[in-house]
Amino acid sequence: MCLAIPALVVKRLEGDEAVIDAGGVRKRISLALVPDTVEGEYVIVHVGYALSRLDPAEAERTLALFAQATAEAGEQGA
Amino acid sequence: MSRSKDNYGRRLDFRQGRVDMAHGAGGRAMAQLIDELFVAAFDNEWLRQLNDQACFGVSAGRMVMSTDSHVVSPLFFPGGDIGSLSVHGTVNDVAMSGARPLYLSASFILEEGFALADLKRIVDSMASAAREAGVAVVTGDTKVVERGKGDGVFITTTGVGVVPEGVDISGDRARPGDKVLLSGPIGDHGVAIMSFRENLSFETSIRSDSAALHGLVAAMVERVPAIHCLRDPTRGGLATTLNEFARQSGVGIRIVEQAIPVRPEVSAACEFLGLDPLYVANEGKLVAICTGKDAPALLEAMRAHPLGRDAAIIGEVIKDPDRFVQMQTSLGGSRMVDWLTGEQLPRIC
Amino acid sequence: MKYVDEFRDGGLARLIADRIAREARADRRYNLMEFCGGHTHAISRYGVADLLPAGVNMIHGPGCPVCVLPIGRIDDAIALAREQGVILCTYADTMRVPASNGMSLTRARAQGADIRMIYSAADALRIAQETPAREVVFFAIGFETTTPPTAVVIREADRIGLGNFSVFCNHVVTPAAISAILEPAPQARDGGSVRIDGFIGPAHVSCVIGSRPYEYFAHTYERPIVIAGFEPLDVMQAVLMLVRQLNEGRHEVENEYTRAVTREGNLKAQQLVAEVFELRRSFEWRGLGELPDSALTMRQRFERFDAEQRYGIVYRPVPDNSACECAAILRGAKKPVECKVFGTVCTPENPLGSCMVSSEGACAAWYTYARFRPKAAAPAAV
Repeated sequence: MCLAIPALVVKRLEGDEAVIDAGGVRKRISLALVPDTVEGEYVIVHVGYALSRLDPAEAERTLALFAQATAEAGEQGA
Repeated sequence: MSRSKDNYGRRLDFRQGRVDMAHGAGGRAMAQLIDELFVAAFDNEWLRQLNDQACFGVSAGRMVMSTDSHVVSPLFFPGGDIGSLSVHGTVNDVAMSGARPLYLSASFILEEGFALADLKRIVDSMASAAREAGVAVVTGDTKVVERGKGDGVFITTTGVGVVPEGVDISGDRARPGDKVLLSGPIGDHGVAIMSFRENLSFETSIRSDSAALHGLVAAMVERVPAIHCLRDPTRGGLATTLNEFARQSGVGIRIVEQAIPVRPEVSAACEFLGLDPLYVANEGKLVAICTGKDAPALLEAMRAHPLGRDAAIIGEVIKDPDRFVQMQTSLGGSRMVDWLTGEQLPRIC
Repeated sequence: MKYVDEFRDGGLARLIADRIAREARADRRYNLMEFCGGHTHAISRYGVADLLPAGVNMIHGPGCPVCVLPIGRIDDAIALAREQGVILCTYADTMRVPASNGMSLTRARAQGADIRMIYSAADALRIAQETPAREVVFFAIGFETTTPPTAVVIREADRIGLGNFSVFCNHVVTPAAISAILEPAPQARDGGSVRIDGFIGPAHVSCVIGSRPYEYFAHTYERPIVIAGFEPLDVMQAVLMLVRQLNEGRHEVENEYTRAVTREGNLKAQQLVAEVFELRRSFEWRGLGELPDSALTMRQRFERFDAEQRYGIVYRPVPDNSACECAAILRGAKKPVECKVFGTVCTPENPLGSCMVSSEGACAAWYTYARFRPKAAAPAAV
């Protein structure tokens, strides 16, 4: 229901504003909901606001899980 | 240079002047506009005669005529403007029959108050595009409407050309077993325009792909005279053109997502806005359908041309009484590529 | 795009598909509801159903805020623009939704109403600041993902004392919708029901609310819930995780989208929302009927930003076409092709009910992406 994309915070501006880069497209958005974000971090952006930070380690872990060749019950917990 | 003996008094002020109702009234002001702007920019033997029509000889063969109105907003965008768009658009429509475009007409509906500086910029852009394309703007018309009744400027261009013998290209000629070819990455024009729209402003280096394609078409037809279908996927994008072919020819079409070139930035912009690149407008691309046997040669001819460097075979024509267009997705599943519903709008959901 | 393309890899998709095929038992069906319109869209657009075994039945739930927005509320928005002369700012998703009397926001704009499409709530605030002589109303829709931005702009409007700005609030909440699926409201028209074995939980709603709120449902109704990202590999992995839970007789909340979702969620966003909004006692959902504690309105402190109070908006419910089967489709009791008006009278161009209104509704998704599939191949999913 909620179109949101991962984007790189390239520059923090005044207040809670920041410039993000997603696949080469740059836009000014608000970090009001994740005010402690620093440049170089990835965030999930929805309607011009970052909703949460994206955890690169977890992203790698998830991809590794997809690629697991064995069918053991190695699920991620809540 | 004007050959008229009329004395217009002061020359048109292209820096600060504005269009007013007199410029469309048929009198001296209009004559001056035509003389100092249109004739000066397009500058050819027909216009210099200052008749209401242009007279030209025709070679043997079948003639092709096409017309297009241009209402794009914004008027100026990365990679072009309404002027160059109007020339390329009509040149391309004529070229999609396999014809060589020869002459254009250009009609302007101007809004009272429109800046002459902008008008000159547009007309110069048209002249430049026409020269590059090797076509002459031989006749035209100018009207002015009251302030508030136009969007700055509307341009209608009509083009004529001649189809060589032995070439019969039409949307109803696709047959099961044919291959579908695309000349390059899709979505550039639509994204470039969107990036300039108010309330959607985002920064991107994407430029409109607006270009005259008749040179590419000529190279293609020379290599494979028996091309079945050609069309440039403008409004409604690739998806619309494929659905049009399917409907006209009474066939189905199956394309492969992995084979369709899309620039990463265009892809990213579409992700941002919730758009599907398949439906985004292009102004410098074409779709071709030919027999499976001819496809490799046609692809080679396309790739040898600067405007077809990234050409690809993207799918095939199949038997389908329902005339659906289907796509094998990058995931390996399949989905339909339906006709566009309404206008493509960005979404939050 | 980083963190997007990798999660669409066809090779990995096949690996996960193989595993699902191996682990899904042949002697049972797995009725899995993906709750969120974004998941519906991902499944249809990538043809995920083609990679799932026949026994896995994907059902599209009501997680599409445009789909569940009642016609009467769109009528109210249109009236604000036409009769009150406000500048109505809206997300583009609502523009083409048909309202009463053949009207829509698009048609109203064509007839001269000042309706503007915006990308962000911040744009509505900006327009209000730039046009102090005009009243500006922001038509706010969305689940918990979209609510925090609205809270931010209301607080900002309050801080700067903006006098010409208000919000027509139609924000709804996810747990209420899950309840409605698991325990249908008595007055909802219901063509029957199917037992939903498990849920794929919404991705970005969960970024905000965390995974914790789902624990109540998993525990009370004994159904597994897996929160999944929006990319097709996320969805497929979540299907695998649900199949495993069902095979093992577990009913837990699991999180596939760990790269963006935590158990607690975004506390700052939750706090901002709690500061500005409170729950309405009841709110009508198109296709689901009146649901208690399911939608938000402004707290008293911010009520001057409430367009309903400012303009005295009176809500008049508008019933759906009697042939519409959305109520049953939203619960998975019927498939789109089982609705008599599907694809004939009711199409994306002329939607009669909530499931066809937005491109992520079950009917719209099937019509747009999947109707080329032979009807005889009983649609297991879109």
